[in-house]
Amino acid sequence: MNQPLNKISRILIMIASLALCSAYVTPLWQILMWAPQYPEGLEMKIWINTLTGNIKIISALNHYIGMAHIEVSMFPEFKYMIYIVGVIILIGLFSTLINRRWSLLVFFFSLGAAGLAALVDFYLWGYKYGHNLNPDAPIKVPGMVYQPPLIGTKQLLNFTAFSGPDIGGWVFIVVAVMVFTLLVLEQFYFKKNDPQ
Amino acid sequence: MNTNKFISLGVLAVAASLTMIGCKPKGPQTVTTGGAAEKVYVAPGKYDEFYDIVSGGFNGQMSVYGLPSGRLFRIIPVFSLFPENGYGFSEETKPMLNTSHGFVPWDDLHHIALSQTKGEHDGRWAFGNANNTPRIGRVDMKTFRTMEIIELPNSGGNHSSPFITENSEYVVAGTRFSVPVGENRDVPVSSYKKNFRGTLSFVSVDPANGGMKIAFQLATPPVDFDLSRAGKGPSHGWFFFSCYNTEQAYTLLEVNASQRDKDFILAVNWKKAEEYLKAGKAKKITNVKYAHNYLDEKTHTATSEMLNEVMELDIAQLKDIAYFIPCPKSPHGCDTDPSGEYIVASGKLAALIPVFSFKKIQDAIANKDFDGEFGGVPIIKYESALKGEVQKPGLGPLHTEFDGRGNAYTSMFVSSEIVKWDLNTLQVLDRVPTYYSVGHLSVPGGPTAKPYGKYVIAYNKITKDRYLPTGPELTQSAQIYSIDGDKMQLLLDFPTTGEPHYAEAIAAEKVAPNSTKIYKIEDNNHPYVARGEKQTKVERKGNRVDVYMTAIRSHLTPDNIEGVKLGDEVYFHVTNLEQDWDIPHGFAVKGAANAEILIMPGETQTLKWKPTEVGVVPFYCTDFCSALHQEMQGYVRVSPPNSNVPLKFSTGKIEPSGEK
Repeated sequence: MNQPLNKISRILIMIASLALCSAYVTPLWQILMWAPQYPEGLEMKIWINTLTGNIKIISALNHYIGMAHIEVSMFPEFKYMIYIVGVIILIGLFSTLINRRWSLLVFFFSLGAAGLAALVDFYLWGYKYGHNLNPDAPIKVPGMVYQPPLIGTKQLLNFTAFSGPDIGGWVFIVVAVMVFTLLVLEQFYFKKNDPQ
Repeated sequence: MNTNKFISLGVLAVAASLTMIGCKPKGPQTVTTGGAAEKVYVAPGKYDEFYDIVSGGFNGQMSVYGLPSGRLFRIIPVFSLFPENGYGFSEETKPMLNTSHGFVPWDDLHHIALSQTKGEHDGRWAFGNANNTPRIGRVDMKTFRTMEIIELPNSGGNHSSPFITENSEYVVAGTRFSVPVGENRDVPVSSYKKNFRGTLSFVSVDPANGGMKIAFQLATPPVDFDLSRAGKGPSHGWFFFSCYNTEQAYTLLEVNASQRDKDFILAVNWKKAEEYLKAGKAKKITNVKYAHNYLDEKTHTATSEMLNEVMELDIAQLKDIAYFIPCPKSPHGCDTDPSGEYIVASGKLAALIPVFSFKKIQDAIANKDFDGEFGGVPIIKYESALKGEVQKPGLGPLHTEFDGRGNAYTSMFVSSEIVKWDLNTLQVLDRVPTYYSVGHLSVPGGPTAKPYGKYVIAYNKITKDRYLPTGPELTQSAQIYSIDGDKMQLLLDFPTTGEPHYAEAIAAEKVAPNSTKIYKIEDNNHPYVARGEKQTKVERKGNRVDVYMTAIRSHLTPDNIEGVKLGDEVYFHVTNLEQDWDIPHGFAVKGAANAEILIMPGETQTLKWKPTEVGVVPFYCTDFCSALHQEMQGYVRVSPPNSNVPLKFSTGKIEPSGEK
């Protein structure tokens, strides 16, 4: 664990860490919706500190069934996500400076923990958003809740909803996969071929 | 070994990512249809099978299409001005738009009712409702002209109208808005429950000439009446009205009128109401004022009279003429099937469609199977009136029609589809998407006892990407589906004018043979008619100048008029002397502040004109009538008010003195 990292690993880790900066300029997650009268689809893009897309249209439609109006202020996460990602990037960069296998492991776990936390957080928001319905809603379908899918596709009344990573999210996944791969290589492959 | 493991892991990761991308669905695909084109193709010169009389919504008009081609033949102005032919602009038609509020030049026409005899279309009249300033209009199916308009007192918006009984005894008018009635109408809005009333007007139709008269009004507890249908066959003598806002909300109805799980269908025994009327049980209401306007086909002139009396029956006092039936969630459509036994109600916020049985309703009334009262009116127990429920039909059921083969077709606004179901088993049989958000639908003859179950037409609220875009305002649209097979099949989209709500289609053979071709000139009793060029003249009475003018291919008589002065009001009474089919003439004068007029063969129409400046003003025929149409023109000389230019008029007269 205390062994230094392979040179190529160090360069790749640095690239990966810097690639995470894209999270500040690209959307991380997307929710897409289609209905018969919306063949072109409606979208909601989740960025590091804001929401974009057809939020007003989606909220206007959802209010019939008593769902809350989607607002940026609904997500306190937007206030600190910029720092969390910053810390992860720094961890990545530091791990190349520390140049030890354990530092790469720390980077991987911080990536994994952040990803998992984001999914759990998103699930909890979705649960609340989909279950917490205004009892005065005009349309009440018995037994129906409107929790958006965590990942993948789900039919919600006349809407087909899809939830999945957007560009920033994909970069994050690719980085995590890459870091994991390097970790595996360091542990099992580079050790063998190490001239020392 | 470890390398292999790593590679496997990597492959797994990539595969997982690809799967997630794969999860992203494509949008709904447009259905493709085979053989659709030939089913709607009506070859040039051939006729359509059906006339489709379509409401124009906010254009206040009716439009006439052919089915199955979807071709637009005519727009019939009813409640709105129509500069194209001068309806509401000509002196003859202005009285048609008179109301107790004065001249109201626009309305919102939602529903069509075609006259029936013995439960079938008879091709005589088409009725339309004015949703804003409550009125019913009657169009003659021989001339496709609005012949009569009656205003409805004590109504706040005539939505639940003009549905018709099986022998055209009545067209009804249920108020959408309950409003305060009686002596004191200056009351707080919040006193809705106490001071507001609903009314259902039964407008009788004279079987000889279609003449409309408010036979009686039913006063009801305050709610919003939405749609209605007459009973037929065994249920003839009854009328069924859907109503919402039984919460009796007066603000933010979107939320406040959507709270109760059940609103009501009001079943009205109008035969019984007639008996009470005869027995003198009705109250004569005299603090009302409503206009009754009708067009005389001989004088080609409309008259407006103001009426001040209406007979009222209170359904809460007369316990046995009306019954509420609970119905889920703000019912919209309330449709009786061809047999008259079933009443299909569509709760627009409900997730099911209840079907009521007329027989069970009768039994429940006989057995007093009631569940309390609403506003003094007995409520029949839901289960006691219910035949059954169509489960999970779709979202936002609005309106149902029938094919005469035991199937029902319900429009689903929210899920944007038509759902076909079996009237007996209440099982859903088929569903097709509509593009987009269908409101009403219509089967030719659908509301009658004998539907022609060949097509169903969807009248959509949204067109979006269906046609070439035309800026923010897009065309409205209808779609024809064939329903003669097991599966419904989309055949054709066709754009419509205004906003189509309800429409009724009628077999062409019931209408086409009776179509008027010309008006006989010898029958023209217009007070300002000129039955020939010899009768043309110009008369002055004070500052009123009447021009008795004729039009025939290809000149106007007179075409030179002098002696008109600034400050005069000039009335051009133009008689079309033609007696040949499809030879209308038009008339327009420069600077006229109204419109043109179109004059059909044998007809007289009047355009009023107030000259605004001294000079010579041209007038001309606006309808390309002949090869020399462009020569069909003339001049009127306008002189200062104090001038002494003599009044004179001529056609073809050459004045040599003019050259000097």
